[in-house]
Amino acid sequence: MIDSILSFCDSVLSNQYWFFIITLLIKLVICFAITIAFIPISVLIERRVASFIQDRVGPNRVGIPATIFKRFGMKADLPFVKALDYFGLPHDGRIANICRYFRLDKDIPLLGLLQPAVDGGKLFLKQDFTPPFVRRFYFWVAPMLVLAPPLMTAAVIPFAGDLETPYGNINMVVANLSIGPLWIFAISSLSVYGLVLAGWSSNSKFPLIGGIRSSAQMISYEISMGLSIIPLLMIYSELNLSNIVQYQADNGWLLLPFWGEGLTVERWVLLIPIVISFIIFLTSVFAETNRTPFDMSECETDLVGGYHTEYSSMKFAQFFMGEYAAMIVGSSLVITLFLGGWSIGFGIDGWLLDNCGNWISTILQLIFYVLKLAAFAFFFVWVRWTVPRFRYDQVMKLGWLVFFELAVINIFITAAILYFIK
Amino acid sequence: MAFKTIKRPKISIGERFYLKALLGGLVITMKHLVLSIIGKSRSKKELGGSGIGVTMQYPEYRWDKHLPEYYRGYPVLVKGEDGRERCVSCQLCEFICPARAITIKPGEVPADSQWNKVEKAPVEFEIDMLRCIYCGMCQEACPEQAIFMSQGYLLTPTDKKAGVHNKAKLYELGGTKQGLVNKWNAYK
Ligand code: SF4
Ligand code: SF4
Repeated sequence: MIDSILSFCDSVLSNQYWFFIITLLIKLVICFAITIAFIPISVLIERRVASFIQDRVGPNRVGIPATIFKRFGMKADLPFVKALDYFGLPHDGRIANICRYFRLDKDIPLLGLLQPAVDGGKLFLKQDFTPPFVRRFYFWVAPMLVLAPPLMTAAVIPFAGDLETPYGNINMVVANLSIGPLWIFAISSLSVYGLVLAGWSSNSKFPLIGGIRSSAQMISYEISMGLSIIPLLMIYSELNLSNIVQYQADNGWLLLPFWGEGLTVERWVLLIPIVISFIIFLTSVFAETNRTPFDMSECETDLVGGYHTEYSSMKFAQFFMGEYAAMIVGSSLVITLFLGGWSIGFGIDGWLLDNCGNWISTILQLIFYVLKLAAFAFFFVWVRWTVPRFRYDQVMKLGWLVFFELAVINIFITAAILYFIK
Repeated sequence: MAFKTIKRPKISIGERFYLKALLGGLVITMKHLVLSIIGKSRSKKELGGSGIGVTMQYPEYRWDKHLPEYYRGYPVLVKGEDGRERCVSCQLCEFICPARAITIKPGEVPADSQWNKVEKAPVEFEIDMLRCIYCGMCQEACPEQAIFMSQGYLLTPTDKKAGVHNKAKLYELGGTKQGLVNKWNAYK
């Protein structure tokens, strides 16, 4: 029986097309799981870090209330007392008091980890109100247009190294395009339509201003964003993100060239344009994802809620998720381009591959990639709760008068370095 | 000269780059974050914080010890030290109450009572705590020092009826108050 199943699997996987389809499905699931799971995780990071920064506790109350046992037919009132009796402990002894300190008598604490789930449930249950004065079709379409692009762009980002199996080589990226960054820019700029349509179809002045602001801002920063990675592409001479990460794994992360070829003089001199690119790119990612200090389009001090003022319930949640998904994709792009993507770094990748086998190294790389993403999500939150929002004219000035020029000059600097220092 | 020209501060090139301010800000917030997590936030002791940050974990820890003298909790009725209910149902509090939370049904003090000189006392006195805004106007208005803002704040009615405090409940919460009102004493 088992033999026949195994041989069936073997024959299916040996077929090139089936192998491709099956691995693709698995990769899709992993990729989407990472992106989607990171939305609630970054919401949690956001709320907790924000509250720590403000000397608060943040969401910590969500737990499974112990009264639930009674509801499901338990006779005695609290399992806490029962448990104490079971171990023969006094009801107000030291151990009982310690447990009380952690509120174990009231509920089963989950450190507030369930908060995002509960928040999501709340958003589902809220009234989905469509105001009577809106352009209904566009009003409905806009949230989807915001959420879809980030999820689409996640497809080209490699999340682990290649995996060699007896049936063939699995490339750990859903779509191994040779135009990775271009695809991301092309698709992610589509989300501006969502914001503009939301603002316009709401048929109300503040959302409209928010939508217009966001379109102006996103288009401006798109330019400096695109220009700022040209130096990188010149250094890599490559547009395939998988190869870019592989190069970094072998020769040192772009920002930390500490091993491999990264120890040459050229790489260290190149750090100057790379750091400039990094700053421009990072800031532009902030601006692109409409995060504070660049959230001009939803700045509540002058625009109520910005483009999503008229939205409620799940449609609002979609905007919310879109923002976080964009943030995750943006940070994964920064990681991939500058900080070595999935690579563990310091030459460990090669060592792992030689000594621990392909599977272990791939899984470790996946874990490392997720950790890097989490660190970046933290960074985004950290910046958000540190820097006050800019004024709109400052944002535009920064984009057009500083970053644009700087990015162009940076291209020439890189070219010069690449040409003269060998 | 009626106005003074204030010179704008000169911003040096370093400050113009904004990077230094940015990094400084990041350091400050990071400091707060670390201090909160290890439970050493500033002025945590004064605020009675428990655990992370300066937050007091409410139902487990209570502010009671730190409540200032002037804290306005829910309004209550009090009896004098002689056991007389001080309220004379003049209804001033009812009329001043901005939230219209108070409903008084005035009645007479029976003739054989020790205090029949007072003439009036409330038959029923209700404060709808779901309407009360804890403003303290009733206390201000009362000519008899009969209604006070207590220090209590723990009210969790499970339905609208339980949110209404009747006379018995108000006296129970209020208890007796010492001194002050002597004008109804028998010898006067
Ligand atoms: S405290 Fe204010 S609102 Fe409450 S009963 Fe007194 S007067 Fe009315
Ligand atoms: S509580 Fe004071 S103001 Fe209100 S009816 Fe009684 S005596 Fe008058």
